[in-house]
Amino acid sequence: MGRIHVRTRINGEATEFLCDPRQTLLDALRDELQLTGTKEGCTTGDCGACSVTLDGLLVCSCLVLAAETEGHDVGTIEGMAQGETLHPLQQKFLEHAALQCGVCTPGFLVAAKALLDREPDPSEKQVRYALAGNLCRCTGYDKIIRAVLDAAAELRGDTR
Amino acid sequence: MESMHYESPATVAEAVRLLSDAPPGSARVLAGGTDLLVQMRIGRIDPALIVDVKRIPETRGVAVRDGALVIGASLETMTLRRAPDLEKNFPGLAEAAALIGSDQIQGRASLGGNLCNASPAADTVPALIVLGAQAEIAGPEGTRRVPVAEFVTGPGSTVLGRGEFLVSLHVPLPAPRSADAYLRLIPRTEMDIAVVGSAVSVTLDAGGTCTAARVVLGAVAPTAIEVPEAAAALIGSTLDDAALGRAGQAATAACNPINDMRGTVEYRRKVAAVLTRRAAAKAAERAAGRN
Repeated sequence: MGRIHVRTRINGEATEFLCDPRQTLLDALRDELQLTGTKEGCTTGDCGACSVTLDGLLVCSCLVLAAETEGHDVGTIEGMAQGETLHPLQQKFLEHAALQCGVCTPGFLVAAKALLDREPDPSEKQVRYALAGNLCRCTGYDKIIRAVLDAAAELRGDTR
Repeated sequence: MESMHYESPATVAEAVRLLSDAPPGSARVLAGGTDLLVQMRIGRIDPALIVDVKRIPETRGVAVRDGALVIGASLETMTLRRAPDLEKNFPGLAEAAALIGSDQIQGRASLGGNLCNASPAADTVPALIVLGAQAEIAGPEGTRRVPVAEFVTGPGSTVLGRGEFLVSLHVPLPAPRSADAYLRLIPRTEMDIAVVGSAVSVTLDAGGTCTAARVVLGAVAPTAIEVPEAAAALIGSTLDDAALGRAGQAATAACNPINDMRGTVEYRRKVAAVLTRRAAAKAAERAAGRN
């Protein structure tokens, strides 16, 4: 079977690409569109490294066929910073040293943003549960949780 | 690896035609893909045709219709959980749906997929059965309704015939002073598969006596199992400790579990009693608050 022509929106921009029927959204982003910020981890939906949003819902792009995105909106890590200005989550990850090797980081950022978009003032417990689908084998998570809580406070305009 | 076709029909009839025309065993239905795409990745299945049913409106909505909450089979749980009619009417089903996987998985996984995947440990299946939910199936002969209790016939197998697919789930709205609860045990706090799941629904009369009950266990047999002996222990009681204890014993007796890395047979039998007692008490408390 030939390749499938997909018309979608990625980070707000109308985008077209060709994909194989079996190709995942993860592979299409990385191999067809050169959006390599989204990382491949387990490829079975367990680690969250490939997290993106699909019509605003957080999903693992390894568990989405690229062809499924026809007519839908995809959000990736590349859409998070505004030009050279980092998103507060990205800035706080740097300030809190919430990353080491960095492979899990884009997924954590996308998942954390999905949480803060629906819950601007999460408890620590809420953050931990919301990020339970993202695995990090370096940091031990505490710095990530602190960075997310700090970014949430900044986004709310809380002064500390 | 053969080539694969991907189709995303917009109507039930078109999906049935695609599934019916495919050689037996060669087509798979795609909803959220959290099981299907993993099975393809690890090489367990190699379908020649994928029929993505998410463009079919009947598989997508959640709405009250004709005395039932109708849940589209492919609707992702993250969206379902935001539906105002779910938690209000079926707190037990809502808690079962909320237990499945991570937020990422919830963005894709559906009740229909949970049912059709036919895992013995599926969280929402016991919760649907105690509510008397029906599965609406479309196929070459038209549509038919099957109780969710009869839908799964064994691990990984269902009543779905050639050319058929699950369209929606119909959950009857609760009678007055009725409520449900679902509890499960996993070895960690999040992101694991049930060692035991227990769903209970109860109806109370004005005096607090239980007039109807259903008890269904997950992960302790090849399919979810209904335990009428446990329900019988609850019916006619005020759901006091003695009645809850008898229901728990009946749950233990009904278990037919396996040993695996998550729990031994003995552990599962014991936990089935504990969860059934607690779920029944929780359902009763909710029902009493619904006068």
